[in-house]
Amino acid sequence: MGKVIIDGAIADNQWQRLESDALESGVPAQGKIIVPLAYWQENRDTLIARGDVAVWLAPGEEPKDLEDDLDSLPLVAIHFPAFKDGRGYSYARELRTRYGFKGEVRATGDVLRDQLFYMTRCGFNAFEVRADRNIEEALQGLKDFSITYQGDVNDPKPIYRRA
Amino acid sequence: MYVYQEHDQQLLEERVAQYRDQTRRYLAGELSEDEFLALRLQNGLYIQRYAPMLRISVPYGLLASRQLRRLAHIVRTYDKGFCHVSTRQNIQLNWPSVEEVPDILAELADVQMHAIQTSGNCIRNITTDEFAGVNPKEIEDPRPWCEIIRQWSTFNPEFAYLPRKFKIAVNAVPDADPALIGVHDIGVQLVHGANGETGFQVWAGGGLGRTPMTGSVIGEFVPWQDLLPYLESILRVYNKYGNRDNKYKARIKILVKALGADKYRELVEQEFAELKDGPMTLTKEEVERIQSCFSAPAYQTEDTAALEAKLAEDKAFSRWYHTNTRAHKQAGYRAVTLTLKKTGRVPGDISDEQLEAVADLADQYSFGVLRNSHQQNMVLADVAASDLYDLWKALDALGFATPNLGLITDIVACPGGDLCALANAKSIPVAESIQRRFDNMDYVHDLGLIDLNISGCMNACGHHHIGHIGILGVDKKGKEFYQVTLGGRGDRESRVGEKLGPSFESDQITDVVENIIKLYVEKRLENEPFIDTYERIGMDPFKERIYG
Ligand code: HEM
Ligand code: SF4
Repeated sequence: MGKVIIDGAIADNQWQRLESDALESGVPAQGKIIVPLAYWQENRDTLIARGDVAVWLAPGEEPKDLEDDLDSLPLVAIHFPAFKDGRGYSYARELRTRYGFKGEVRATGDVLRDQLFYMTRCGFNAFEVRADRNIEEALQGLKDFSITYQGDVNDPKPIYRRA
Repeated sequence: MYVYQEHDQQLLEERVAQYRDQTRRYLAGELSEDEFLALRLQNGLYIQRYAPMLRISVPYGLLASRQLRRLAHIVRTYDKGFCHVSTRQNIQLNWPSVEEVPDILAELADVQMHAIQTSGNCIRNITTDEFAGVNPKEIEDPRPWCEIIRQWSTFNPEFAYLPRKFKIAVNAVPDADPALIGVHDIGVQLVHGANGETGFQVWAGGGLGRTPMTGSVIGEFVPWQDLLPYLESILRVYNKYGNRDNKYKARIKILVKALGADKYRELVEQEFAELKDGPMTLTKEEVERIQSCFSAPAYQTEDTAALEAKLAEDKAFSRWYHTNTRAHKQAGYRAVTLTLKKTGRVPGDISDEQLEAVADLADQYSFGVLRNSHQQNMVLADVAASDLYDLWKALDALGFATPNLGLITDIVACPGGDLCALANAKSIPVAESIQRRFDNMDYVHDLGLIDLNISGCMNACGHHHIGHIGILGVDKKGKEFYQVTLGGRGDRESRVGEKLGPSFESDQITDVVENIIKLYVEKRLENEPFIDTYERIGMDPFKERIYG
């Protein structure tokens, strides 16, 4: 079992993210799985009945597509095929502030230490750091700055409104 | 200038530590080239033809004398003793080493400077009129608004990995575009509403580079309280829907064009509806706090009689005065431009000793502050009438008093093939050759205002599209060629020039410019500037003359 950063600490990764090819013969009978949006949309009812299911969004798939399902999801993953594709930052923010999603928002894919601070501010609370990188070291990335100008998901007040 | 609080300073210091560690990990092989690329670009570090280039941020072009002295020290210690003023009011070093950049940043942080977001696909330095705050035509000082935007954009977590770079400019002058907002990703025009309240007309989708175009009005009147939520809405739409597959189609201009301004506005309004009246809304206290950093310096009452006498008796001084200085809000004061365009020097280059000399002049004559202009010149904005003669003498000795501001030899040119790895052609030798051809200052003055801009490739760092005469380096089978555009402007309004026709070889380009000018001289009406003649007679006569 791999490791994941959740709420600032390293934990065992309970969830398995599945690509659509891995789902051609159906979902595994057991275990916590994160399925692609399209698969979720096609098999929603069976998946809800199965339980232990979450959804991941690829760039181009917006939280809006999950709007009606968020109450039934414990976790939404936002996938970064490449760290330079920054759409996921806006998606995470939307999940938290527009849709008020309280579950886990997890970054998967090309997730690296030097982006974690920004990601946290946009509403991610879980990070599957890329497998070839040291997750202990990546933890440092959560603490790059103690000062921020803008409000963010964790504190919507910009610096000029903080006490 | 904006006065750093403790937290502003701390943020810079944390940034230096972060970047130092990133550099260490890169050198230790813990970060790949590609991973470090994105990080170093967000810090203005390019790897160039011969060496890295470091772009240092100069927010809206303002530099205090102590910052100039620190820059002098840095270019002496870490570079070859000179640096370069860029068309976005920043400073560039051409020969730093990757290993020493963290030390340079630490030196900069000591004087409240940095290289944050000077490159990369993020929000870049905020620019404005180099005469901001002293321009008698502006409706309000735009600099506090620039600073407010700067803080919002600095390490904004959502917009660090945009589809492409993003440039914002602010203008407070009606019926003119000294900040080039028409060709920025976002242009912010200060306006006053029916009851005199401050607001902004917000443009989006302008840009130069490949596919140059001017922007469209997205927000007709955005009240000042809503400035940041409105900008955030524009950015969010772009971050979500901008093209990420093809970097040549990734700028916001392409998205605005593809969707149409109306659709873009509709998407922005949806985002904005959610943010309006929320915590991002600006407060009066915050705006006043920032404005108080830009209050007018302690001007004296000036007697201009001595100045009038000097102007009458010294022809060279008078020429400089009428060309390189301009009207000021405050009676008895002038804004003085230091022209960094003496023939034979690289446009915009300045040495360590000159930086120090200029810092002294700023202290002595202009309340310790200097500005960079987007035409690669520098400005001392607050000079008393009684100091002008002495300042002129001092600038003349430094080579910064060439009386050619806005004239044909005040050429804007990118580094081009001499330094830049992306270049198709050289630009600096072309600039020099044109300057040498127009070596008679009386003739140059007779020709009047002409913007001549040169870029070494279509990235348009030299703003060639908005030159009245634009020159673009192109590559034809491995040889350097130059394409000419006419009719661009970046003065009263921003407009992209039109192509004259097939391109020219390097040994022809100066003749072509000369022939364009000769035709203008034949056709112009009395006192008619080049651009007006061009607009009156159109492209055809120029085509005929050059290719006929
Ligand atoms: C030598 C190193 C340089 C490199 C590698 C470089 C690279 C680039 C590139 C790739 C672009 C186009 C980006 C795009 O269209 O999306 C660009 C645009 C630009 N550069 Fe440079 N540049 C360099 C130096 C400079 C200098 C010295 C200046 C100022 C004189 C400058 C000012 C600009 C400006 C104003 C633009 C914007 C044009 C626009 O609005 O699209 N650059 N640069
Ligand atoms: S215009 Fe082209 S050649 Fe000139 S500096 Fe920019 S990228 Fe280099």
